[in-house]
Formats: sequence, structure tokens, C-alpha cells
Amino acid sequence: MRKQYLVVAAGLSLGLLFIIATHVYQTQQSQKLDFLAREDAEIFVRPHSPTLGNPDARVTLVEFMDPACETCAAFSPFVKKLMDDNPGKIRLVLRYAPFHDGAEDFVRILEAAGNQDKYWETLDIMYKSQGHWASHQNPQPHLLWDFVAMAGVDLETIRSDMNEARIQRILEQDIADARALNVTKTPGFFVNGKPLTTFGFKQLQQLVESEIARHYPQ
Amino acid sequence: MPSTDSVSKPGWNILFLAWLLTIASALTSIFFSAVMQLPPCVLCWYQRIFLFPLAFIFTTGLFFCDKSVVRYALPLAGAGWLVALYQNLLIYGIVPENIKPCSQGVSCTDIHFDILGFLTIPMLSLLAFTIILVLLNIFNRRISQ
Repeated sequence: MRKQYLVVAAGLSLGLLFIIATHVYQTQQSQKLDFLAREDAEIFVRPHSPTLGNPDARVTLVEFMDPACETCAAFSPFVKKLMDDNPGKIRLVLRYAPFHDGAEDFVRILEAAGNQDKYWETLDIMYKSQGHWASHQNPQPHLLWDFVAMAGVDLETIRSDMNEARIQRILEQDIADARALNVTKTPGFFVNGKPLTTFGFKQLQQLVESEIARHYPQ
Repeated sequence: MPSTDSVSKPGWNILFLAWLLTIASALTSIFFSAVMQLPPCVLCWYQRIFLFPLAFIFTTGLFFCDKSVVRYALPLAGAGWLVALYQNLLIYGIVPENIKPCSQGVSCTDIHFDILGFLTIPMLSLLAFTIILVLLNIFNRRISQ
């Protein structure tokens, strides 16, 4: 037998081993997190977590995000559309993973806007205006205030509410949960406690639809 | 295409072992970062820079059983070995923390996991580079006989 064949065979075997190992690892991780969901559901949804949609929906979409994350902003309309396409079946829960520079303060502003019942409006404006205040080349966080004002909130109140101990506790809890769930990038999605194993719009849609099919049988 | 006798030359088996180890190491390092999502620190990146080209150089060298493969592989393996050694010295505290180059991003002394109490990822890297260097030396001797 020509030795070149041995090289090709060994290379292919190693490649196959890699694929199998990947599959095994990801299955294990999913099971581990499913297990977490059963044993310790609160790690995904805390009482303080902002939620959108039907509170009794059987599909819970947990998103670890940060207002300065471009991909989160890009996913926002997509997630909204998923919820509109499946009325009443999806509950969105936002968790914070403030990985960007200064992101903790953006979360504080957002949570403070929540005190004035303007949480989702403020988040929407933050996402849409992100390019102006959170660009990676030239971040200008001070500009954020001009945009937040458009949500119809009182900025003075936000400035004083930002430093509430409540918000600090939310941040600490969410960062701890993100670490426990091994969220290292934003957005980090979990659907009924199942992590998105490969990242992408289509993958998220498939995961959400498979959970809908499971919990809302036709 | 190489002729059959080019692969029956002395040292082919040694080169094959080095190739196998290199491919396995490269795949393992990709597994750590891409599948397990462990972020590579700066020193790990340097080791990868030296490891990944080795995979291609050994593959080509193996197919043609080209003895000049040593000439190209040795500097890469040597440089990788030095970086791996340095990182392990950092981890074991032999080189003091305050001169370590990675203050930003992932710390180079963070231990993601260790098997049997000493097999950390940097230790695996050091072992791989060491064995590659040893194999290259044996190969060198065989072909010069």
C-alpha cells in the first residue's frame, strides 16, 4: 500500500474524530444546560428580568445582551418578527452581559428608563442610534443622552436613578448567571433553556420553531 | 506525483509521527477555541502561529519525503517551543507575573482546566512542541546516515 494513502486515511480519520468530538461535546453541553433548566430555572429568568410578550407563553426566549452590541441590535427586529409571527407563543426575557466598554452604564440608563415605564422604547432607540454613540472606532457615549431624550424620559431622573443599588444588584446577578451559563458573546440565546449551538438568524428561528412545535402541537 | 520509492526513504515513519502529532495538536487547539469557546490568550495565539504552518509543511514534506522539511519545520517548532516554555514558566510562577505581556484580554495564566493536576493547555502545547523537536532531530539523523 502506498504510504500516501495512509496519510490521507489518517488525515480523514482525524477530521472525522474532530467532527464526532464536536457533536458529542455540543450534545453534552445541551443536556447539561437542559438539566440546569430543570434544576435551576431561575438562572435563566430572574424576577427582575425585563420580559416582553405573553407571560404564559410556553416558549421562553432568553437573550443575554448589551445595549452597545451591534449584533444584538441587528437581531432585535428579527426577534420581534419571530414573536409577531407566533402571537402569544413566545416570551422574550432580556438578561445583561455587558461586555462592551462602558456597557454597564448603558444598562444603568436603560434600567433607569424602566422606572419611567419607558424601558422598551429606550432600548429601541438605543439600538437604532447605536452607530452614533457606540461605534467601535470612535465610541462617543456622551451622545447617547441626546438619543435617550427622544424616548420621552426625564433625563435628570435617569441620572439620579442610574445609581440605585437595585440596578447594581441586577447587573451583578446577570453577570454571574451569564458566567454560569458560559455566555461569552452577545447576543447569547437560550430557548427554553436550550442554548443556540451554532449562531445565526436561521439557527435561532429553527430552535424557536422546534420548541413551538413541541409545546404547541397542531 | 512522487514515485513510490520516495516514501520508502529512511525517516518517513518519523516524519509521519511528527505530522500526526501536529495535525492532532492543531485540531485540538481549534476544538478548544471554536467548539469549547475558550478564548485563546496572546501567548496561545503566538503558539498557534507557529503550529498551524507546521501542519502544512509536514503534509507537503511527507508526501514527497523531502528531507529539507527539517529546514523549514525546525524554526517554527523551535519558536513555538520557546513561547510554550515561557507561558508554562509564567503559570508555575518561575517568571514573575509583573513582566507578563498580557494585561489585556484573556490572562495567559488563567487555567481553563487541567487533567491529572498538571496537564493544562499550555503544558499540552509544550509537550507537543517538545516531541516534534525530538522527532525532527531523529529524522535529521536518519537522513544523514
